[in-house]
Amino acid sequence: MMLAQTANQGQLRIPVEYSAVLPVLALIGGALVLLTWSSLTRHRRAGGYALVTVVSGAVALGGAWRLWNRIGDHGPIRAMADAVVIDGFAVFFMVVISIAVVLAALVGDAYLRREDLEGPEFHVLLLLSASGGMLMATANDLIVLFLGLEILSIALYVLAGFHGRRQQSYEAAMKYFVLGAFSSALLLYGIALVYGSTGSTNLATIATYLAGNVAVDNGLMLAGMVLLLVGLGFKVAAVPFHMWTPDVYQGSPTPVTGFMAAAAKAAGFAGLLRVFVSTFDTLKLDWQPIIAVLAVATLLVGSVLAVVQTDIKRMLAYSSISHAGYVLVGLQAASKRGIAGALFYLLAYTFMVLGSFAIVTVVARRGDADHDLESYRGLARNRPALALAFTVLLMAQAGIPFTTGFLAKFYVIAAAVDSGSYVLATIAMLAAVIAAFFYLRVILVMYAPAAEGDEPLVRLPVPRTVGLALVVTVAFTVAVGLLPGPVIDFARHATLIF
Amino acid sequence: MHETHATFPILTAIVLLPAIGGLITALIPHARTEVLRVVGVMFTVATAALTIYMAVQFKVGDAGFQMVSHHSWIKEFGISWKLGVDGISLWLVVLTGVLFPLALLGAPVTRDVKNYVAWMLLLEAGCLGTFLALDLFLFFLFFEIVLVPMYFLIGGWGYDNRAYAAIKFFLFTLAGSAFMLVGMLALVFLHQRATGVLTFDLVQLAEKQALAETTARWVFLAFAIGFAVKVPLFPLHTWLPDAHTEAPTAGSVILAGVLLKMGTYGILRFGLYLFPRAAIDLAPILLTLAVIGITYGAIVATMQKDLKRLVAYSSVAHLGFIILGTFAFTSQGLSGGVLQMVNHGLSTGALFLLVGMIYERRHTRQIAELGGLQKSVPLLAAAFMVVMLSSVGLPGLNGFVGEFLILLGTFATHRWWAVVATSGVILAAVYLLWAYQRVFHGPAEGDNADIPDLNLRERAVLVPLIAMIVFLGVYPKPVLDRINPSVHRLLDHMEQAAK
Repeated sequence: MMLAQTANQGQLRIPVEYSAVLPVLALIGGALVLLTWSSLTRHRRAGGYALVTVVSGAVALGGAWRLWNRIGDHGPIRAMADAVVIDGFAVFFMVVISIAVVLAALVGDAYLRREDLEGPEFHVLLLLSASGGMLMATANDLIVLFLGLEILSIALYVLAGFHGRRQQSYEAAMKYFVLGAFSSALLLYGIALVYGSTGSTNLATIATYLAGNVAVDNGLMLAGMVLLLVGLGFKVAAVPFHMWTPDVYQGSPTPVTGFMAAAAKAAGFAGLLRVFVSTFDTLKLDWQPIIAVLAVATLLVGSVLAVVQTDIKRMLAYSSISHAGYVLVGLQAASKRGIAGALFYLLAYTFMVLGSFAIVTVVARRGDADHDLESYRGLARNRPALALAFTVLLMAQAGIPFTTGFLAKFYVIAAAVDSGSYVLATIAMLAAVIAAFFYLRVILVMYAPAAEGDEPLVRLPVPRTVGLALVVTVAFTVAVGLLPGPVIDFARHATLIF
Repeated sequence: MHETHATFPILTAIVLLPAIGGLITALIPHARTEVLRVVGVMFTVATAALTIYMAVQFKVGDAGFQMVSHHSWIKEFGISWKLGVDGISLWLVVLTGVLFPLALLGAPVTRDVKNYVAWMLLLEAGCLGTFLALDLFLFFLFFEIVLVPMYFLIGGWGYDNRAYAAIKFFLFTLAGSAFMLVGMLALVFLHQRATGVLTFDLVQLAEKQALAETTARWVFLAFAIGFAVKVPLFPLHTWLPDAHTEAPTAGSVILAGVLLKMGTYGILRFGLYLFPRAAIDLAPILLTLAVIGITYGAIVATMQKDLKRLVAYSSVAHLGFIILGTFAFTSQGLSGGVLQMVNHGLSTGALFLLVGMIYERRHTRQIAELGGLQKSVPLLAAAFMVVMLSSVGLPGLNGFVGEFLILLGTFATHRWWAVVATSGVILAAVYLLWAYQRVFHGPAEGDNADIPDLNLRERAVLVPLIAMIVFLGVYPKPVLDRINPSVHRLLDHMEQAAK
């Protein structure tokens, strides 16, 4: 398809534009460096591996920043024979995923040392998975979208089962793999149907075709669209495609769970937003109601089921489901404000969720097993700063003012109200109230006063890398909550393509 | 509507000073409890001084917003940091400023002083911000953020059932605000569609009425639900007895004295100002709920066995009066309502302090276990009597002035509601006098006989409160002179909109 197109234009050379995909290359390059290094030397150097990963993430972040300026001056870049497009939207997700890589590597390093898993594999898989996520965000072709999804997912399947001594980790990997493969198949089938009814897999071509042709009977197209929605809905954990989430989140090594919740969700939404809002724009009236129903189901199921959990990772898994519901509310609005809200939400969420899972990693202690709510009892006496950080992050997730979490919810709900979806907006706000209950419960447990007969506290070790990740996430959550101007502008400009 | 801007941003200073104090306490080590206490008291006293200075600077006869500070904040949504004060908010700000140092001094805690002081200071910043905000978004932020410190105060320093009470309080109010936020956004975007300006500025939104009549009614309802939970209006009041009873003394004082006023203030400032037509149309519903609250609260208070719970239920009844006055739409009713907010803050705040002092001495709040305290603690009994009579509405004390104005104002426009509400005055006398009789009269036996009377600190806390209670009862003119112009302006605004 790509070759055919270029051949038509009389060019046999495929313009690649390496500089436009620099962030993706930086991550893949980092992975290759790690593989080469670790196979050439005998001693394993966990710190060095983590450093390479962090540097790769930082280079990707810097590259994204340069691309952002270039796009601002010269407009979007189409690269690799129109298979990928680097626009503000893509750069936004490059930033989100780079941040997720850096934070996950910081937390992951501490985790690997504690669990005696030092090796480059974790970092290699992390970088490759992130490169897949970035590819999804830049995809201008359904095939590239699929490739990106597979690169992202396959690395994540392995990461989920990474902790060799934990039975649950195997179970999570197996479950994630089987269900993930199933959803990939549905996505691929959807791509085939869309190709069948429009004659192209290129997103821009599909959009032009849909705008120029009114199909009398577009059942094939709609079926393809729904299958795409199912495939991507699985990745973002939207109800009813969420069944894997609690088990996989609970079983995976905790830093992996954090990365999964941040990056995989962001990449899934990058695909959803691009395909639905820009490509299927003309079918808006068909997909908006579906998204609205999914959003309501996701919000309610996520927050109600989170309330009854006693395992913190399962609770955060359900809460991540309800967060997906809010992003869907932004998507449902299908307006510029809705997209900007969804983007802002995903950026804010990346920090909140990675910070939260960093704390869960620390509290779980060696063996990654202490995830019961009771493990958090008295955390404020043991590690006051850690408890305070968790309080801020949980309050932000609950949507308490002066945090990014509040502004994110405000943004998507404003978009919903602006587009006239009053009922959806009200349901979303009430779901936030239900959700607030379980965040509060955790906070109350952390600050519970000492009871008689309590064993003396063994001070929890908090590795420096985790401390750094926490400082970054909490500072972002509060600082941007107070002065959100620049970040809102970033999200707003990232939607200019539409 | 005209606004006067301040050369020195005194209102911003009033909001930020306690917040800064809260951050400073975070830097002081846990063990230095005395330093922490002093810092807490110093910051609250300084804030109180600032609010009083503001009241002195306030221009009498000027109905508009004064001393406005205005800075653009989030341009994408037309949100700004806008604070201003007028006759309706003036005394609530002063009340907040005065109650906090008294609450901190009057009810010291022994456990975890550092966090306690920090939360109190942050709570004060939130309360002051709520009363001063002139931007809907900013108001909402303050209105919500107040829940966090109060949640920790109840959950951390409260009595046995504190966890339940704290979460119930938090979730009830949050649910109410959920409706309010959606209503607020609907108002702002519909206003944008009609005028082309996206703004959260209260004055701009109110002066250009952009909503169709039915829409306005729905949006008003959304706001009203949010505020009704906070007031609390029957039947949304069930969080109140739990929260008030389980909260530590200072928490109850602030909860009753300041936090409840956010509901009545909000409905006055936002409900009436933004949606005059809808407020008039829906007034019968709110008036009826207010009257139900007055009688229901009073009857339930009569039945209470727990002294603190009795005072808590009396708030339901008293706040009903304020809503009654507000929705009478007469200048007496509205002025009386505003004055009564201050009165209730003083007298119920003082009552909670006194109940706390009794609890400290006797470690019980059960009325049946108390008795004859008049003999063992005569000063405490005298203070309790003055405050209790002010709450009953005895002429010469502050409660009478407010209640009288409210009933007068209501009688002129809604006669039958006023008639039923008057029964609440009698019922208040029943439950409060009866409670006083059971707790303080009779022989003092057992533990009740040998308990110490008020010490110097407690006297220092109660004297200013009682002085204000008496002063407002005898000579309310200076206070009313500052309230009235703004109230008249609001009524003019409503009249124009109703045409």
